[in-house]
Amino acid sequence: MNHWIIAPVILPALLAPFIVLVMRHDLSLQRIFSTAGTAVLTAISLVLLYTASTNPPEVYFLGNWPAPFGIVLVLDRLSAMMIALTAVLALLVQLYAISSGWDARGKHFHALFQFQLMGICGAFLTGDAFNLFVFFEVLLIASYGLMIHGGGANRLKAGVQYVAYNLVGSTLFLFALASIYSVTGTLNMADLAVKVAELPAGDAALMRVGAVLLLLVFAVKGALVPLQFWLPATYSFAPGPVAALFAVMTKVGAYAVIRVYTLIFPPDTPSTGLLFADILLPAAIFTLIVGAIGVMGATGLARMVAFAAIGSMGTLFIAVAQFTPDALTAAFYYLVHSTLATAILFLVVDLVQDRRGNDSLRAAAPPFGQHGLIAALFFGGAIAMAGMPPLSGFLGKLLVLDATRGADMAVIWTAILVTSLITIIGFSRAGSQVFWKAHATTTTQTRPEGKAEPLAFTVVFVLLLALAALTILAGPVTDWLADTSAELFDRAAYINAVLPTAKE
Amino acid sequence: MELLVASAVGLMTACGVYLTLRKRTFPVIVGLAMLSYAVNVFIFASGRLAIGLPAIITKDAAGYTDPLTQALVLTAIVISFGMTALIVMMALGAFLETGDDRIGMEEDTALEPTSPKPALPQEGTK
Repeated sequence: MNHWIIAPVILPALLAPFIVLVMRHDLSLQRIFSTAGTAVLTAISLVLLYTASTNPPEVYFLGNWPAPFGIVLVLDRLSAMMIALTAVLALLVQLYAISSGWDARGKHFHALFQFQLMGICGAFLTGDAFNLFVFFEVLLIASYGLMIHGGGANRLKAGVQYVAYNLVGSTLFLFALASIYSVTGTLNMADLAVKVAELPAGDAALMRVGAVLLLLVFAVKGALVPLQFWLPATYSFAPGPVAALFAVMTKVGAYAVIRVYTLIFPPDTPSTGLLFADILLPAAIFTLIVGAIGVMGATGLARMVAFAAIGSMGTLFIAVAQFTPDALTAAFYYLVHSTLATAILFLVVDLVQDRRGNDSLRAAAPPFGQHGLIAALFFGGAIAMAGMPPLSGFLGKLLVLDATRGADMAVIWTAILVTSLITIIGFSRAGSQVFWKAHATTTTQTRPEGKAEPLAFTVVFVLLLALAALTILAGPVTDWLADTSAELFDRAAYINAVLPTAKE
Repeated sequence: MELLVASAVGLMTACGVYLTLRKRTFPVIVGLAMLSYAVNVFIFASGRLAIGLPAIITKDAAGYTDPLTQALVLTAIVISFGMTALIVMMALGAFLETGDDRIGMEEDTALEPTSPKPALPQEGTK
């Protein structure tokens, strides 16, 4: 048994209370320990990524209880990729938070950050549906704290909405799990996969109810229309670096959909069939449309980026809803890309807010410090997000378009292409309002004072470089991702790893 | 007994949904608590209802009731209790900060030039 599999959960779980208990009065110590912890987490996640890409799915039996009686963690290519993405993003975002001084604007930023990482990594690793609920709650409760970090009236109000919305989501999750348990008598995902396949016809109705409830829960997490209402206010009022980290949180919803509906309810399941694809596809198209309209209509930069994030979830779920290996490969590529692109844009918005004092798009404001540099970064992020060449958004959308040549091709292609155009227009409008028209409002030639935050700018540059690397290395990356989706569709390997005695 | 448990779950869920859709924080929080009670009973019932049976297998017992749902419901209770406490604190904070306890945002817009900067250093606030 490879004990490193549990390290991404244990390390932040131990580090967070240690930070709270031992060094709560010393910010520099917190910064050192927390950054070192995240750096180690990144190293571990890269090792796990290497392990997962050379080995079949590996299982970690907690307390050495055999499945399905104990909880298992499963490391396969998908979970290793998600953890590596989370860890790399977290490290960069944390450096940004330290450089921009966000972590000093309230207490316990670093402890909450580590708890957040614990929840996210746990959700990606676990092979047990109820344990997935528990890790969802861990990541949510840490995100509540991070979201209202720094305080302020708007942020607290948005926070209450966010918590209330997610508490309803958690209740739905429990209803879904209890319905599924009442039919199958198990909550271990591999065991569920075996049991659902041989379900008697009489129980199929209850199973479908549970499965659709579960889809609703993941749709709340993944901000699918009509359950996306929590996202714009939350993301636009959350502190910039926190919003950038949250870019990976919507992906937890997408991950859960991919995992559950390829492993437990694959399209050839007699009791459910193509039910989920039929629900998911229209919802995803509407999500894309709502996102694009929001980008056009937003009155603030942060809100616009939040809607762009919703739109990118729409594109992602359109690919996921195909449930074919090719489409999932495209979905994974777009997932990595959109996580990084969303993070870049939220960090740029934070740079703007910090210097301009607001992010309103209603009126042009005078130029602010480091105007040109920030404009260039925004330009890069916007190109990536809207899906224009030369960055990876273009390739991602191209892969998604290529993978959706089915019966619904006309609708999907129209939706993706038209919304891309609207998003481009929305971003150009925002960019010219914030960066170009600024020069027209002032007559003085004095350059406004900038803030020396070299680390913050470096972080945004590194994220942009990561997108460039994703574009240049698109060939090898998609090959690797194709193996990942092939592994997902090879359910027998996963099930045999968890339950060595099961047939399937 | 099935009818009693089922109608209790249904009634509590209905009350919870109604209260959650109100626009003040207090009814919303009561509604969320109601929903979590409903789901706790529901989880408990998903292991089948049995009267007078132990949760542990013993040789002389006639049968046993599912112990796993009891463990699940315990976890769910702990989490929902903690979450309710948290949302009460956050709602109180929002109420004290803004002076009203409506759930919705005043206006769903951006940081306007007139509004105070979001990022004032606030030492010691939660």
